Amino acid sequence: MPENIDVTGARRDQPRRGQEHFVAPVDEGGLGAVDAVSTTQAPKSLWGDAWAHMRGNVLFWVAGAVIALVVVVAVAPGLFTSIGPRACDLSQSLSGPAAGHPFGFDFQGCDIYSRTVYGARASVVVGVLATAMVVVIGTIVGAIAGYFGGWFDTLLSRLTDIFFAVPLVLAAIVIMSLMSTRTSFTVALVLSLFGWPQIARITRGTVMSVKNNEFVTAARSLGMGRVGILLRHVLPNSTAPIIVYATVALGTFIVAEATLSYLGIGLPPSIVSWGGDISKAQNSIRVAPEILFYPAGGLALTVLGFIMMGDVVRDALDPKARKR
Amino acid sequence: MTTQIPLTGQEPETQGAAPRATDQPLLEIRDLEVAFSTGAGEVKAVRGANLTVYPGQSVAIVGESGSGKSTTAHAIIDLLPGTGKVTGGSIMFDGRELVGVGRKTMEDLRGREIGLVPQDPMSNLNPVWRIGTQVEEALKANGFQGTKAERRERVAGLLAEAGLKDTERRARQYPHEFSGGMRQRSLIAIGLAARPKLLIADEPTSALDVTVQRQILDHLETLTSELGTAVLFITHDLGLAAERAEHLVVMFKGRVVESGPARQILTSPQHPYTQRLVASAPSLSARRIEEAREAGVESVELLAQHADADVEKVRSEDAVVVAKNLTKIFKIRGSRPGASTDFKAVDDVSFTLGRGRTLALVGESGSGKSTAANMVLGLLEPTSGSVEFDGVDVARLSAKEQFAFRRRVQPVFQNPYGSLDPMMSIFRSIEEPLRLHKVGSAKEREARVRELLDMVALPESAMRRYPNELSGGQRQRIAIARALALKPELIVLDEAVSALDVLVQAQILELLGDLQRDLGLSYLFITHDLAVVRQIADTVVVMQDGRVVEHASTDEVFEHPKEQYTQDLLAAIPGRDLDLGLVPPAV
Repeated sequence: MPENIDVTGARRDQPRRGQEHFVAPVDEGGLGAVDAVSTTQAPKSLWGDAWAHMRGNVLFWVAGAVIALVVVVAVAPGLFTSIGPRACDLSQSLSGPAAGHPFGFDFQGCDIYSRTVYGARASVVVGVLATAMVVVIGTIVGAIAGYFGGWFDTLLSRLTDIFFAVPLVLAAIVIMSLMSTRTSFTVALVLSLFGWPQIARITRGTVMSVKNNEFVTAARSLGMGRVGILLRHVLPNSTAPIIVYATVALGTFIVAEATLSYLGIGLPPSIVSWGGDISKAQNSIRVAPEILFYPAGGLALTVLGFIMMGDVVRDALDPKARKR
Repeated sequence: MTTQIPLTGQEPETQGAAPRATDQPLLEIRDLEVAFSTGAGEVKAVRGANLTVYPGQSVAIVGESGSGKSTTAHAIIDLLPGTGKVTGGSIMFDGRELVGVGRKTMEDLRGREIGLVPQDPMSNLNPVWRIGTQVEEALKANGFQGTKAERRERVAGLLAEAGLKDTERRARQYPHEFSGGMRQRSLIAIGLAARPKLLIADEPTSALDVTVQRQILDHLETLTSELGTAVLFITHDLGLAAERAEHLVVMFKGRVVESGPARQILTSPQHPYTQRLVASAPSLSARRIEEAREAGVESVELLAQHADADVEKVRSEDAVVVAKNLTKIFKIRGSRPGASTDFKAVDDVSFTLGRGRTLALVGESGSGKSTAANMVLGLLEPTSGSVEFDGVDVARLSAKEQFAFRRRVQPVFQNPYGSLDPMMSIFRSIEEPLRLHKVGSAKEREARVRELLDMVALPESAMRRYPNELSGGQRQRIAIARALALKPELIVLDEAVSALDVLVQAQILELLGDLQRDLGLSYLFITHDLAVVRQIADTVVVMQDGRVVEHASTDEVFEHPKEQYTQDLLAAIPGRDLDLGLVPPAV
């Protein structure tokens, strides 16, 4: 407003107390160039940033240690026990811990420690295989639906909804009971057949928000093709939520495998698995409840490890949720 | 506590009567220190700030982002975000010390004695409550004890006071039904609901169009002077601050570098930072050019190289872009499925951009300027009409021709945070166009990236960095470098400097000017800010509601605007009526 200035100018020639013209002394370093680039710090990529953040998190090391232990046990169970899981002696049935047999014996007289160690492999194999398949199917479906949109999106989204409506374990029970051969691979295949919709949804949502960014428009005006943009710009920027979900999903697939094995339609008795052992331990739960504890404990620890890791990864990859 | 808060304010003596000679300051901040504790230790956001506001006075804190201006204001009402804490100094309000008072006292003070109009009208109203309910809430929270009917009447009164019409109906609407300006008016109504003695207005209009900004600020000024409310403006715009406030406080890196009467600061800035600010604020430089003109001084520096931009002359021979009767119609989903209405985003727009020249498309939000730009870029197909680039219709290119066209026309976008892929290093971002168009060997491409970084005045070491490590202005320079990589002839700058601080803005504009001179580039410059246009454009096309309102040379538009709308836009540039006293530009 013009009169504001005029009025002020006319009304008071002298500024009021505390409002005199004040000029600060210039800082020693001067003002510096406008908008100078910091040249001292090391460059940090988004992943580098996330890694630096994870490294400082105690939970990351705890979860990492648990996962590493479970993986080593799964790959080389022989390192941890010299007793075979099927070397059972009925005369030892339900007897307590003894020298060389720290967890004691189950109903069949098998060494529980050995069976717990050998059981890890089935869980890890099914978990990793199922997660890998789910990520591949889900990402492809989600990315295509989210990026290309239109009727393709409508079709794929409805298909996702249909699969989404079927409970994972229920569907797996039905399909598994029709299977003649049951191996770790078939279990993982059946689980992933019904487990992908969640990842597809997550990917679709992220892709849809990433594709509206200006760097995508910039790539278009460079003449880059649609597929090129999807692969080079959109997908790399959509991986964070996929990784987070996959880590947590790994835990849930392990639980699902154990559930199926417990019900007797997952892995056959010939494959040592925690789910199967929990099922067998149930028969003698009144006389020897500790038999149940070891496979169940192994299962819980593994799942906990992956879910904790998922939490840590989410914190590290989502700068918005992170405290600055 | 009175049950009825008088509409005319609690201090009638400030109204009309001459100010008392020995009045006490309403707000007195002494040696304020604010720090944020972060993982890397304590970061001082405000260092030894002093500030005095008298009753009924308007004072402005001016500074760029990160200068501590908002932090200072939020420290007053203890609304510091996150880990922020006042670590020293005192804040006296109306004779009371505010540093270290309890939560209860502060809650009583907020709203009732110190009101706040927040920055972003889009996110500061709760979308699930009606406007009326939210104003009513402000009344209730501040001890208004009337009956329901009285409350409702008061809400209507407040909204009317803030300049909303048909208040009964408006109060029953939800925020999404309001335009940005109407939301800001509602926030002003809420801020003034309890007749505070001090109103803190934190960038109250920076998200709004200039004409709306002017209306709202005019209204706020009338209202607060009627009520005798003191106003503390927080703004990045020196022109706006000088126009609206009598006393200015300039902040830089957490310190008050200069303060004093607005007029004095504008005409004789003492601190080098203030001098820089006065020299480069776009609103002021537009004004400075004008003053120079009036005084009969033809300053070549100030006017850049505005060659005689005769619109007619360019039309024929050396045109890079010719837009003819450009129209774009979008279908908007109707109320029933399958039903749709047509929306003319761009309506019969024609313009010509000469080689090596700059054409500015100016308009407020919804004027269709960005849609027109996207059609020039060949990213949108016009419904009718055509864009010719170098004599060839952009919409009728074959895939191969289009790929070649992309090399010659490049965009720079508004949002410096969205225009670079966060996953790619700066090197890969700039190299991408070269690799995509198979230019040179890996070695040559690297050399070219170094050259481009040098062109936009960034050190080579920036190459290995990632976008999240750079400031907005630096990212925008990277975006310009990427656009230049393929040696294009035309660059479409879509609000390319709008999101930047004034000094950085001036720096980028200067860079663009230099590049144009050195490389013979043509610019299509899209902006809502007429003030910026004066510094860069040769020709201006003013757009409103998809149509061209005025198309003339920059000087003509600024000196003899023909249309009412152009005149309104010009009048809305903050600081336009200021008397700058022709300061020599300081560097």
